[in-house]
Amino acid sequence: MLEFISRMLGRESASSKTVAKERLRLVLVHDRASISPAMLNRLREDLVKVISNYMEIDEAALEFNLCQDDREVALVANIPVVKMKRDYAAKV
Amino acid sequence: MGEVIVVTSGKGGVGKTTTSANIGTGLAAEGHKVVLVDTDIGLRNLDVVMGLENRIVYDLVDVTSGNCRLKQALIKDKRFTNLFLLPAAQTKDKTAVSPEQMKILAEELKEEFDYAIIDCPAGIEQGFRNAIAGADRAVVVCTPEVSAVRDADRIIGLLEASELRNPKLIINRLRPAMVKRGDMMDISDILDILAIELIGVVPEDESIVVSTNRGEPAVMDQGSKAGEAYRRITRRIKGEDVPLMNLEVPSGIMDRLKRLVGIR
Repeated sequence: MLEFISRMLGRESASSKTVAKERLRLVLVHDRASISPAMLNRLREDLVKVISNYMEIDEAALEFNLCQDDREVALVANIPVVKMKRDYAAKV
Repeated sequence: MGEVIVVTSGKGGVGKTTTSANIGTGLAAEGHKVVLVDTDIGLRNLDVVMGLENRIVYDLVDVTSGNCRLKQALIKDKRFTNLFLLPAAQTKDKTAVSPEQMKILAEELKEEFDYAIIDCPAGIEQGFRNAIAGADRAVVVCTPEVSAVRDADRIIGLLEASELRNPKLIINRLRPAMVKRGDMMDISDILDILAIELIGVVPEDESIVVSTNRGEPAVMDQGSKAGEAYRRITRRIKGEDVPLMNLEVPSGIMDRLKRLVGIR
């Protein structure tokens, strides 16, 4: 009944379908990532390649993961830099 | 040379068997030679939905294991002489058939029929792999619920990994009044998430229960909304361009009142 009244007054916070869609969006990022670790690996290799153009990194210590809390999914990468490449700035 | 179309979903209870029965009957009503194949071994149901449960002699496992010839196991439909059912075995389990055997069967069916509609069991185990093994196309059935959409997403991933590209989506049991209230995901929400092509939307309809009770697919019921939705899906499967049904709910007194007071 309360719900009905608040709806009548147009005060509903979020309709349940918005909640459903948002929850699905989050859970699917994780589902899809876990279907193909191969994809995650390819992404990691590509990232290393691009970053290596600019700096020397410690590939062995590289951390790379999809993290999820209840609000969002994030790609978290921890990439130790050994040294910057000086010649890149010169080239540009 | 015919075509093999698998009807799948991941989650159980979303309407795979009803959809298979209606698409198959719909295609037969349009004059095509059609076979319905129930691959849900151990839990067969397409026979009761089609009203053919009393006519079964041989089943799918009898055919794949060479106990009988394909022609002996095919059951003729009551209404259409160009519609047949290959029932699942009820006393065996899903490992009684292999994907390789299903591929061979699919080739044989394509020689004989314009369309073979494969009713897939729920789940992603061997029953699913059997059902998709010989398929040329896939139709994914999904209801507007979080669990069904999630499972559909998983199934779409698995279909694509098995080289069954571009599966088409049927949104089943949509309740327009709930969508209007914002309490059910609508067509665009689901398409947004699953990112595949839509081939039809079937509204929730009591006539489905009645037609299943009788063993007569709703697609033949001219007065049924779900039947109309299935007739349109049938034509889209044949490649015709058919608009979606109008599922809008007429606005009620409350809506008009609210608009009058300026709430909406």
